[in-house]
Amino acid sequence: MKKFLTALLFAPILAFASGAELHLDTAPDRANDIPALQRGAQVFVNYCLNCHSASYMRYNRLQDIGLTDAQIKDNLLFTADKIGEPMRISMQRNDAKSWFGAAPPDLTVIARARASEFGSGADWLYTYLRGFYRDEARPTGWNNTVFANVGMPHVLWELQGDQIMGDDHKLTLAKPGKLSAAEYDQMVGDLVGFLKYIGEPMSEFRKRLGVIVLIALGIIFVFAYALKREYWKDIH
Amino acid sequence: MSCDENVDCGRRRLLLATATAGGVAGVATAVPFVASMMPSERAKAAGAPVEVDVSKLAPGQMMTVEWRGKPVWIINRTPEMLAALKTIDDQMADPKSDKPMQPDYCKNETRSIKPEILVAVGICTHLGCSPTEKFKTGAESGVDPNWPGGFLCPCHGSTFDLAGRVYKSKPAPDNLEIPPHMYLGDAKIVIGEDKKA
Amino acid sequence: MSKVNALLQDTLDWVDARFPLTANWKAHLSEYYAPKNFNFWYFFGSLAILVLVIQIVTGIFLVMHFKPDASLNASGVPVAFASVEYIMRDVPWGWLIRYMHSTGASAFFIVVYMHMFRGLIYGSYRKPRELIWIFGMMIFLCLMAEAFFGYLLPWGQMSYWGAQVIVNLFSAIPFIGPDLSLWLRGDFVVGDSTLNRFFSFHVIAVPLVLLGLVAAHIIALHEVGSNNPDGVEIKKKKDANGIPLDGIPFHPYYSVKDIVGVVVFLMVFSVIVFFMPEFGGYFLEYNNFFPADPLVTPPHIAPVWYFTPYYSILRAVTYPLFGLDAKFWGVVAMGASTVIIAFLPWLDRSPVKSIRYRGPLFKGFLVAFLISFFILGYLGMLGPTPGRTLVSQICSVIYFAFFLLMPIYTSLDKCQPEPDRVTK
Repeated sequence: MKKFLTALLFAPILAFASGAELHLDTAPDRANDIPALQRGAQVFVNYCLNCHSASYMRYNRLQDIGLTDAQIKDNLLFTADKIGEPMRISMQRNDAKSWFGAAPPDLTVIARARASEFGSGADWLYTYLRGFYRDEARPTGWNNTVFANVGMPHVLWELQGDQIMGDDHKLTLAKPGKLSAAEYDQMVGDLVGFLKYIGEPMSEFRKRLGVIVLIALGIIFVFAYALKREYWKDIH
Repeated sequence: MSCDENVDCGRRRLLLATATAGGVAGVATAVPFVASMMPSERAKAAGAPVEVDVSKLAPGQMMTVEWRGKPVWIINRTPEMLAALKTIDDQMADPKSDKPMQPDYCKNETRSIKPEILVAVGICTHLGCSPTEKFKTGAESGVDPNWPGGFLCPCHGSTFDLAGRVYKSKPAPDNLEIPPHMYLGDAKIVIGEDKKA
Repeated sequence: MSKVNALLQDTLDWVDARFPLTANWKAHLSEYYAPKNFNFWYFFGSLAILVLVIQIVTGIFLVMHFKPDASLNASGVPVAFASVEYIMRDVPWGWLIRYMHSTGASAFFIVVYMHMFRGLIYGSYRKPRELIWIFGMMIFLCLMAEAFFGYLLPWGQMSYWGAQVIVNLFSAIPFIGPDLSLWLRGDFVVGDSTLNRFFSFHVIAVPLVLLGLVAAHIIALHEVGSNNPDGVEIKKKKDANGIPLDGIPFHPYYSVKDIVGVVVFLMVFSVIVFFMPEFGGYFLEYNNFFPADPLVTPPHIAPVWYFTPYYSILRAVTYPLFGLDAKFWGVVAMGASTVIIAFLPWLDRSPVKSIRYRGPLFKGFLVAFLISFFILGYLGMLGPTPGRTLVSQICSVIYFAFFLLMPIYTSLDKCQPEPDRVTK
C-alpha cells in the first residue's frame, strides 16, 4: 500500500519528464518582408528547385509577394513554360532514387511538416540549413546537427564554407565561403521565410480576414445579447 | 416602421436589427462556399491562353490546337479558297457575321485578322460535335456536287464554309465561334487573349 | 398588409392540412416547455447541432474537390494528399472550408464532451431519460468512427499510421481478428482500397446513422422533457393549463439565448480557424503534412487529442490474462471504457440527480475521475515510458472504479434533500 502511494506521488514526475531535447535557433520573421521573400524565391529557384519540387505551388501565385507575371517569367520560370503551372522539376523520381538513395521530398509544405514541440518548422529549417558540417564517414561527406545522417549534401557550401564539428559539439567554420557568416544567415533566413510562405500562402490574408470576421461577430453579439436581455425580462 | 399598441416596439426593433445582422453574416458566409465552385487555379491554368507558331502552316493546310479543352482550328486559306467565300454569300445563314459569334476585329468577310489565317473553335454550334474537314471541292468531297470546300458535321449534317459560316437550312443555328486571339509577331498567334482584354 | 397576412395564413392552413407543420413547431419549439433555470452547461446541445451542420456543409463542398486516391502523381505525391493541398491553394476559398472542417472535428468533440459532462453532473441520464442517454452514447460512438474514418483521408503520415494501428487493434480479437482486420483494410496494408472505403464510410454511411440518431435523441428528449441543474422534474408542478410552473417556451426564450451562445462559440471557432488552424499541432498534426509513407513510421505516433484517453487505457493493459495476450485485453479495456458510460443510468443509485444535492462521496469520485481522464488524455499524446505506463494504469483503475463502484458509493452517500421547484 505504501509503495503504491509513493508510486502515485512520484509517478507524475516520472511521467512528465520529457525525452530528448532538440535545440533550434529562431528563424527571423519574414512574413511581411516582401523584398526578403523575393530574395528567398530567387534562392529557392536557383538552389532547391533543381532537385526538390514545390508541386502544389503555382508560379503565378508569387504575385502574393509583390512579383508581376513578367518578373516571374523572366527571373524565376526555369522549370515550366506557363506561369500558371506548379513548381515542378524535370528530374525523374526513379533517377533521383538511384542517385541519392531517396527521392528528394516535395518542399511545398515542408515548413509546416517540420514544426514540433521544439519550435516552428521555420526554426527547424533555419537551424538545419546552417547546421551542415564535414563528416568523412558519410557518403556525401556531409552531416547535419538536426538531421543526423542526412541524405542531402550541403548544396549551399560554396556560400557558407566548410563547418566542422568540434569535440565540444560546437560547429566552427574551417574554411570560409563566398558569404560572411552574417550574410549567409541572412540569406538562409530569406529562403526559410519563402518556404514558410509557400507552406501556407494565404496565411497573411487569413489573419486579416479573421480580424474582420471577429469584428462582425462582435457586432452581432451586441444585438443578440440585447435581444436575449429584452426577452428574458419576462422571466422571473 | 409603424408601431401599434399591442406590439412591443423595442423588442421588434431589436429583433429586426439582430435578424438583419445575422442575415448579412449568413450571406457573407455563403459567398466563400458559392465561390468555391468557380474554376480553380488549376482549371484557370489549364484554360490559359495558348501560343501557336503558324510559320510552318502551308497554304491550304489546317492544324488543330487545344484551348480550354476544345479543338481550335487554324487554317491557312489559299487565294482560291478566299475567292470562293464571296461567291456563296447567298447560301449562308449569316453571311455578314451579324450575330456575335466572333470578336469585333473578326467581323469581316474572311472572319479573321489576317485574311488567309482563320482561327475558329471547331465545335458545331448545334449540339457540340466537332465537324470534319471537307476541303476537297465538288463531287469528290462527297457532300455536294457544287461543294466549294468547308466542314461537315458528322452528327446532324450541318455544313460550314471555310470562314466557319453555317449554311442555310441546316440544324446548326450559328456560325462557328472565333475565339479571342492576337498576333505576337508575324507567325505567332496567342489564342484566348487579345489586346483589348 | 392584411392581404399579405391573409395570404400567408391561407398558405399555412393549406400546408397544415397536409403536413403537421404548425403542430411540430409547437411541439418542439413554441410550446415545448423547458426549465427556466438552464445555465452555461446547457448551451452545448444546440452547439453540437451547429457543429454538425458546419461539418455537413463544409464536408459537402470538400467532397467536390477531394480525391480518395492513394496512387502517386507525377511529382511522387499521393493524389489524395495533393488534392487536400489543391483545396488549400487552387480552389477559391478552399482553405477556409478545409480549416472549418478540420477545426470543426475538434470542436465537435469539445462540445460533445461538455454536453456529456453536463449530463453527468446533473444526472440527466437518470430515469426517465435513459434512452436519451443511450442514443447520445451511440452518437458519441458514431462520432468517434466518423472522426477516425475522416482522419485517414488527407493521407498524411499520421493518417496512415493511425489507421494502421487502429485497424490492427481488431486483429487482437481471438480467432477472427486477423481476417477481420484484413477485411476492414481490403488489402494487406492500409492502401488505396482502405482509403476508398473509409471515404465512403465518412461521407455517407456514418453521417446517415448519425443524423438518424440525432433525430432519435431529440425526439426522446422532447417526449420526456429536459432535465435541469436542480435535477427536479418540472412536470410535477403544473398550472391550471397543464403548463409546468417552472417551464418556459423553448421558443423564443431559449432560441434567443442559444443565439448568444452560438455567436460566442463562433467567435472562439473563428479565432482558431483564422489565427491558429493547427492549434499547436493538436487539431492538425504537424507530421500529417508529410505524405503517407508505408515504409517509414514517424517517431512519435499519437492519435488526435480526442482519442488519447482511450488510447492510454489501451496501452495501460500490459498483462496477459486467461491465456489471452495483453493486446487483446487492451482492446477490451479500451472498448469497455467507452461503452461503460452508456450504463450510467443503472449504475447510479443516488436518491438525487443533480450534483447540487449530492454528497461528498460522489463529488470525490467525480473529481478523481476527471483528473484521471485528463491525465490519461495527456499521456496518450506522449510516447510510453515505464513511469508513464504506471500512471496510466493507476488512472485507468480510477476511471473504471468511478463507474463500477458507483452503485456502492451512490447508495452510501449523504445527499441533501432536493427542492420541490427549481432554484435560481
